[in-house]
Amino acid sequence: MADAPRGRALGGLRPSGALLGVVPFFAYTTVFLLIPTLVVVIGAFVGTGGFTLDNVTGLFSAGSAYVTALEQSIVLSAVTALIGALVGAVLAYAVSTAKPGGVVKRFVTSLSGVLAQFGGVALAFAFLATFGGVGYMTKVLNDLGVSTGSGLWIYEWNKGLMLVYLYFQIPLMLIVFLPAVEGLRPQWREATETLGGTTWTYWRRVAGPILFPPFVGATLLLFTNAFSAYATAKAIVTQGAPLVPLQIDGALTSEVLLGQANVGRAMAMTMVVVVAVVMVIYAWVDRRASRWLAR
Amino acid sequence: MSTGLRANVHRRQRMMRWAVIGVVLVFFALPLLGMLDFTTKDINTGARSLATWRTLANVGQINEQYPTLATGFVNSIGLAVITPIVMLVILVPTMTWVRLRLPWLNRTVEFISLLPLTVPAIVLVVGLTPIYSWLTGWLRFLLGDSIGESTLWLSLAYVILVLPYAYRSLDAGLRAIDVKTLSEAARSLGASWPVVMWRIVLPNLRTAVLSASFLSVALVLGEFTIANLFSRTNLQVAMFLLAKSNAQISIAVGLVSLVFAFLVLFAMSFIGGTPGGGLRHRRALRRSQKETA
Repeated sequence: MADAPRGRALGGLRPSGALLGVVPFFAYTTVFLLIPTLVVVIGAFVGTGGFTLDNVTGLFSAGSAYVTALEQSIVLSAVTALIGALVGAVLAYAVSTAKPGGVVKRFVTSLSGVLAQFGGVALAFAFLATFGGVGYMTKVLNDLGVSTGSGLWIYEWNKGLMLVYLYFQIPLMLIVFLPAVEGLRPQWREATETLGGTTWTYWRRVAGPILFPPFVGATLLLFTNAFSAYATAKAIVTQGAPLVPLQIDGALTSEVLLGQANVGRAMAMTMVVVVAVVMVIYAWVDRRASRWLAR
Repeated sequence: MSTGLRANVHRRQRMMRWAVIGVVLVFFALPLLGMLDFTTKDINTGARSLATWRTLANVGQINEQYPTLATGFVNSIGLAVITPIVMLVILVPTMTWVRLRLPWLNRTVEFISLLPLTVPAIVLVVGLTPIYSWLTGWLRFLLGDSIGESTLWLSLAYVILVLPYAYRSLDAGLRAIDVKTLSEAARSLGASWPVVMWRIVLPNLRTAVLSASFLSVALVLGEFTIANLFSRTNLQVAMFLLAKSNAQISIAVGLVSLVFAFLVLFAMSFIGGTPGGGLRHRRALRRSQKETA
């Protein structure tokens, strides 16, 4: 309420003039973000003769490689999101008990930042150099009597890719989940102890319920992260396209067939739909969490 | 009794902390050691050799033998300079202006800025393909082929990629200062809007601007998806292409880039997250929450 007269005091320009100030931002995001999104969403339903569902239905014909890739992408993302979330949450708790502002915390969060966001190709190569044919871990494992078979497991989406995805999922979980764990006040634990509760009671009745909504939210975020990851998969997989991003890559780079561009857009559309569904669930969890915390 | 109990809990916590962090760090260290091992090995004999690193340190030789790598490196540096500048020019004035004059637009700007988080980069590429072919056509017409086809134009798309991260750190910075009072004071002392922006808002946002820029730089240096699919060469693409002919050099570059990114982030954690700043930010946040409640 106090803002209204204040806003006028800051004036000197008419409201229409004030709007001019945000034109660059909206123009820029329209050209480079909103129009591309619309290109994907609309292009998915455009054929040579106008509106068509062929692009989308074509993708989902029985036994198509795309359906397999979509299923594998979803399984890969779900599994790495769950494992990553569990391990990352434990790690986040361990880090949160360290001295605030201490070197341990800074070291682990910086390392996680690198692996979670800037790894990509380098991470994939690191993995190949470690577990590949001449990698030292392969040698170590063989010396220990663990057979790595033909060594081709690292190229398979449900073995090697899953492992390498954990290398950016766990760090990402640490980054997203750490603020939530740090929100736990030591007083709550003390209060539980004063009232005769055990450590188990504390986790079961106090910390658990508080951390559950952010945990679910972070897991969903990890899912979309793995689902949209392209660089790591591209650098590791050399044959075939077992995942959705690689399918899109194939459609983009081999525009031999007429109308292939719209097939690529239809693929991108299904990706947007999956991410959108996850984000809607995320928003719902987030709203419930904040309502619960506000009470 | 109770202090004994507390000490016990603390001791157990400390042990748990070291065990968990230790195990996870070993897990993370494995591939990095793998890279080091792989690049210091003679592929044929298996003996230790620093040949790869010596080649990498020799700029002239890199230029000559691996022109792709040199091009990619130069392009990435260029992109890492342009992207944060464009990002700051677009974002800082808009966010400040919206706070001062158009608070009802705040949610819209936030929504748009965070939108790239939900649009996978590869989807963005699909949508940007027609935009870029149109843009490249015009640029070639206006500025000639060599400038029009420059890799550096990718930074226009990279700004979108860094938008959510930059928005968040700038938002935190703007929450911590009272933009309204500051600019009212400046305006009543006769400052024009550009002066308010340049001499009042920007200096107060120093930390936020710095961390937003660092994040953008790190993200740009690690970008692969857009560059690769548009067939442009940046550092990551060069690394990817090089792996086919010389895996050792390529992996050495990968290790350097990871270590460099780590050092940038580690240094940043000392600049950005000072305890005092954090507290001030949290207090401001609590205040703003109270106001909206």
